[in-house]
Amino acid sequence: MSQPATVDAFARRRKTRARVASVSSALFFAAAAVGIIALVILLVDVTRDGAGSLSWDFLTSFPSRFAARAGIKAALLGSLWVLGFTTLFSFPLGVATAIWLEEYAPRNAWTQFVQMNIANLAAVPSIVYGILGLAVFVRALALERSVLAGALTLTLLILPVIIISAQEAIRAVPNSIRLGAYALGATRWQTVQRQVFPVALPGVLTGTILALSRAIGETAPLIMIGALAYVPFAPDGPLDEFTVLPIQIFGWISRPQVEFHRLAAAGILVLVVVLMAFNLVAVLLRNRYTTPR
Amino acid sequence: MKRYLMTGLGCLAGLSLAGCGGGDGAGEGGAGALSGSISADGSSTVFPVTEAVAEEFMAETGGDVRVTVAMSGTGGGFKRFCQGETDISNASRPIKQEEVAQCRQAGVEPIEVSVGVDGQAIVVNPANTFAQCITVAELKKIWEPGSTVQRWSDVRPDWPNQPIKLYGPGTNSGTFDYFTATVMGEEDASRSDYTASEDDNVLVQGVAGDPNSLGYFGYAYFAQNKDKLRALPVDGGKGCIAPSPQTIENATYAPLSHPLFIYVKKSSLQRPEFRRFVEFYLESAPELVPEVGYVPLSAQGYQASRETLAQAANGTSPAP
Repeated sequence: MSQPATVDAFARRRKTRARVASVSSALFFAAAAVGIIALVILLVDVTRDGAGSLSWDFLTSFPSRFAARAGIKAALLGSLWVLGFTTLFSFPLGVATAIWLEEYAPRNAWTQFVQMNIANLAAVPSIVYGILGLAVFVRALALERSVLAGALTLTLLILPVIIISAQEAIRAVPNSIRLGAYALGATRWQTVQRQVFPVALPGVLTGTILALSRAIGETAPLIMIGALAYVPFAPDGPLDEFTVLPIQIFGWISRPQVEFHRLAAAGILVLVVVLMAFNLVAVLLRNRYTTPR
Repeated sequence: MKRYLMTGLGCLAGLSLAGCGGGDGAGEGGAGALSGSISADGSSTVFPVTEAVAEEFMAETGGDVRVTVAMSGTGGGFKRFCQGETDISNASRPIKQEEVAQCRQAGVEPIEVSVGVDGQAIVVNPANTFAQCITVAELKKIWEPGSTVQRWSDVRPDWPNQPIKLYGPGTNSGTFDYFTATVMGEEDASRSDYTASEDDNVLVQGVAGDPNSLGYFGYAYFAQNKDKLRALPVDGGKGCIAPSPQTIENATYAPLSHPLFIYVKKSSLQRPEFRRFVEFYLESAPELVPEVGYVPLSAQGYQASRETLAQAANGTSPAP
């Protein structure tokens, strides 16, 4: 008599489990949908406002007080300059730090402390880096409001993110590879250079490019170092004044006239395209380096 | 050559080819052989004027003189100006004594140049039909520190018993300094429980979206948004006067009309491109000041500004 009861209970439980499973899959889908729907709404809204203002003239003109004549050239080139130098500074520094922490540093209280501080720095609000940049690069090092000051500030901002993601990538390299290299008599540097780093590179690149994507969208620290300005020229060198895309967008939104709000929307589209180009490069690089060896 | 190399490097390092190269159209030469760079910062109220002048000036000189105009607010602008970081500080109020002292400490001698006049509009939502005029005393009652005004009926008993939502500029703004000084009689004295923004456009949006709102900001922003806002006439003791270019220029819109200044670093006047820029500023102001929504000075007013400048440039400044 007891057997049918057990089967019943089993069938009931199975139904419940199936229900929980389908409910949870629906929940997870909904969670993913929230982000995607928000993005779609944003893009549709911005495209509706800004697509009409996008033109070759818009890309090749300097800012103007007349919406019809204003363009984004100074900001676009400014962004590329700043980002170029940010890459130049942050990639080698970040990767070197990660390699040291993962492959060379002894596991002791001191490296624990360094590690903890890097994690903390990653969570510091970007405006704080702006204040630091203002005090150190703009004033103390007298770089004024130059491309270099902006790039150094952004380097500080994204360095922790690059370090942490590069560390994760290096840590994911199977230890057997290292042990194999050592067994064949390789030095630590040879092991890192020829075995560990090539395997970790795709992950390192992905992390770096995500960090740089953050840098290109940052506004607050650059406003802090004083880049919120009418800058009607593209930089010629690292010591020139500059403006960047998000700041140009912010500046246009702050104006009373609706025409400038449309320009801001067009500027957002340009920024999104630049960001997507970046992510595309990230995907391509990752595919290029993950070919099975 | 080096210039192009550097641009190429910037592009390469930027890992993206978008927008690189492209015609660097700006020709060499242009009127005169002026070159150099000029940097201005300060009031967001004066910003559009200086920006317009900079744009016209760069067009005239063929882009060889690079003018940047930032907006850190009047106070923020003076901080940078007095550290010697900028050549021009835009200001919507006169410089303060302590700011002059800071400037001199750093060896910066500020020269005050008037460039126009602006009024401060007291604005309400168009759905508000009961308020037709407001006195300066009532404004003080609303905005003073520790004000107990929470509802429109607290201002005037025959106004409705509805909450009053306040919008105004932030403390870094010259408009804030001027409003508090004229209405409260003491600079920076203001209640703080209101929606504050250095960005006048945020205030416009706020007042336009809230039927119980009351706000104050520069007349230019009201003029650009007349369809969304209504300006209250202000009674400064001589009856209700609505803000308009006429009433602001002849100062009958009292006490809420105020001058716009640029402060010029005296030593920079020795640089020919800078001297030319400031002269150009005063030549074009009668046309450009109204274009961006403010009220120009009279012809005598600009003449006086020109004389101040010439004196400072020739080193015959009045005895200290």
